[in-house]
Parts: sequence; structure tokens; C-alpha cells
Amino acid sequence: MLTLADLTALNQSQAIVIYTGWERHALVGSDIRLSCSFFSWRWTSEDVTFSWTYRPDGSRDSISIFHYTGGVPYVDNKGPFRDRLEFVGNPGRRDGSILLKNLDFSDNGTFTCDAKNPPDIVGRPSSVRLLVFEKVPIQAGVITGAIIGVVLGLLVLIVAIYYLMRFLVARRVFNLSVRSVPGLCPAALCQPGLQ
Amino acid sequence: MLLILLGVLILHLIILVLLFVSTAANAWTVGGSSSTDLWYNCLTTNGGYHCRPASNEDWIQAVQALMVLSVLFCFFSLIAFVYQLFRLVKGGRFFFTAIFQILASLFVMCGAIIYTVMGPQGDSSASYGYAYVLAWVAFPLCLISGLIYIVLRKRE
Repeated sequence: MLTLADLTALNQSQAIVIYTGWERHALVGSDIRLSCSFFSWRWTSEDVTFSWTYRPDGSRDSISIFHYTGGVPYVDNKGPFRDRLEFVGNPGRRDGSILLKNLDFSDNGTFTCDAKNPPDIVGRPSSVRLLVFEKVPIQAGVITGAIIGVVLGLLVLIVAIYYLMRFLVARRVFNLSVRSVPGLCPAALCQPGLQ
Repeated sequence: MLLILLGVLILHLIILVLLFVSTAANAWTVGGSSSTDLWYNCLTTNGGYHCRPASNEDWIQAVQALMVLSVLFCFFSLIAFVYQLFRLVKGGRFFFTAIFQILASLFVMCGAIIYTVMGPQGDSSASYGYAYVLAWVAFPLCLISGLIYIVLRKRE
């Protein structure tokens, strides 16, 4: 017989899991696709719903901007994204992604996707943070790698040149002592036994 | 002579450890509930310990590179010291060791200065952590150690 603990554990493992990105970067004026997909132990039902809410940076209120239910997507027609939001997801494939067009700095904020797949409705909405930039920031680690690479490369180069010089000087001494044939070289230039 | 050598070697090892801990530890800036280092910003909320990669800004990448380079150069100077200990002619100076050690101290100084100037201006309760202090402590130690190597002469 199943105890209460077993039942709750069973329900936890059957909760719906929603995946969005963690953070998205975009340039001003560009478009961005915010992806949202979910995992559920049930087959995708016909009553599957997706809803997106938006909370601007620095504000505590969320506003609902997209809802998909009964097979029909409803996009924002009054809020900050009217005429800029498009549904590009495929609910049959558990994809509830939206496309935001013509981004501006005021679009910085957190977008939360909530998906429900009846009867599997227990789950945590997932949030993705949107950052809009004037220019794309440098990827993490590029400058670090470049500085380290250049300095170590210079080090290797200097050591190589040092040993090369030593090697060349040794060769020149060798050549000079071979070429010091009497009568051919003036005595001032070809001194035997140069150290 | 042996005592001096041992002392110098121990100082070098201490500097290497300081630099390594300073580069790796997560305590350059500590606030009320957050601590940042060169690589991660971590936040302790009642839900647990959340870490995010540090900002992509250029200056923190430069500080990362300079600290890593200082650790590497200190390590190279240690190897050069051991090598020159056995291979140097009598009366010779430990120039290679000194050059690497002084370069390492220069890198630590640059890294610490850049972090001080451009440091994350987060909450007002944030203060500098022990890893930042270690970097500043390691810099004069490293410089002194390099100068000692210039002055040191190999005797039999």
C-alpha cells in the first residue's frame, strides 16, 4: 500500500519541467526569439497552455504578454509589446517560443514562461532575463585568453631568440676559424682562436 | 649559506601559495550576503548558494589574466631558481629567477590596481575580502624576493 510520502514523491516525479534560457543578450533594434519548452510524463494534450509574463527591470509588477490556449495564440495588443510579438512555437512539439521584434532598452527585464499540460499542471515557471545592449559585449574569457597567450608567446619567443643567438654566435666562431686560411684573409679580420 | 637558501626558498613558496589562493578564492569583494571574486558572483540567499559567472566587462578579464600570469611567472621563477641552483657558475647571480619574480610582482600590482580602480560598485555594505588583501600583500613580498635574487650570489 502506498503511503502519503510515496504519493507525494510520485507526484513530484510527474511534475512538468519548463525550460527557458537563463539570460539572453541582444542588440538594440534586433529581434530575439525567447524559447520555452517543457518536459512532461504525459502525452501533449489538446488543452496545453503557454503563457508568458514580463517584468521590467526594477519593477515588481508583472504583465501578461502572451497566452496560448485551446489551440489559439493570443498576443499582446495593449501592452508594451503590441505589434512586436509573434508566436513562433509549435505546441504539438511542446515548444512555446515567442519572437520579439525591434528591441529597445526599455525591454530589459525578466520574461517568465509557464506551461501547463493537463492533467500535468504542477510545475515551476521558468524565467529568462533579457539584456539589450548598444554593442555586443566581449565574450567571457576572450580578453583573458588573449593577454595570457600573448605574454606567454612573447616569453617563448624571447627564450627562443636567446638560444638562437647563442647557437648562431657559436656557428660564426666555427666558420671564422675554418675560413682563416693564411694569405687569403687580411690578418686584422681573421684571427684564429676567437673566443 | 644553507640557511639563507632555505629562507629564500620558503619565502618563494609562501608567495606562490599567496598568489594562488588570491587568484582562486572567492573573496575579493564581500557584501552582506554576496561574495564575488574574479570568476564568479555568488549570492547566499535563504534558498542556498547561487553562483553566476562574473560580468563580461573587459577590466575583470584583464585582472583575471594578470593574476593568472603572476602565478605562472612565480612558478617559472621557482623552477628557474632550482635549475640555476645546480647549474650556475660560482659567483653568478640568479638573474633569470629575479627577472621572472619581478615580472610576477609587476603583474600582481597591475591586477590589484585595476581591480581597485574599476572594482564592482555594488551595495554599500560591500567591502574588500581577504583574497584582495592577499594580492596586495603578495606584491611587495614578490618584489622583495626578486630583489633578493638579484643580490644573491652563488657560493660553494
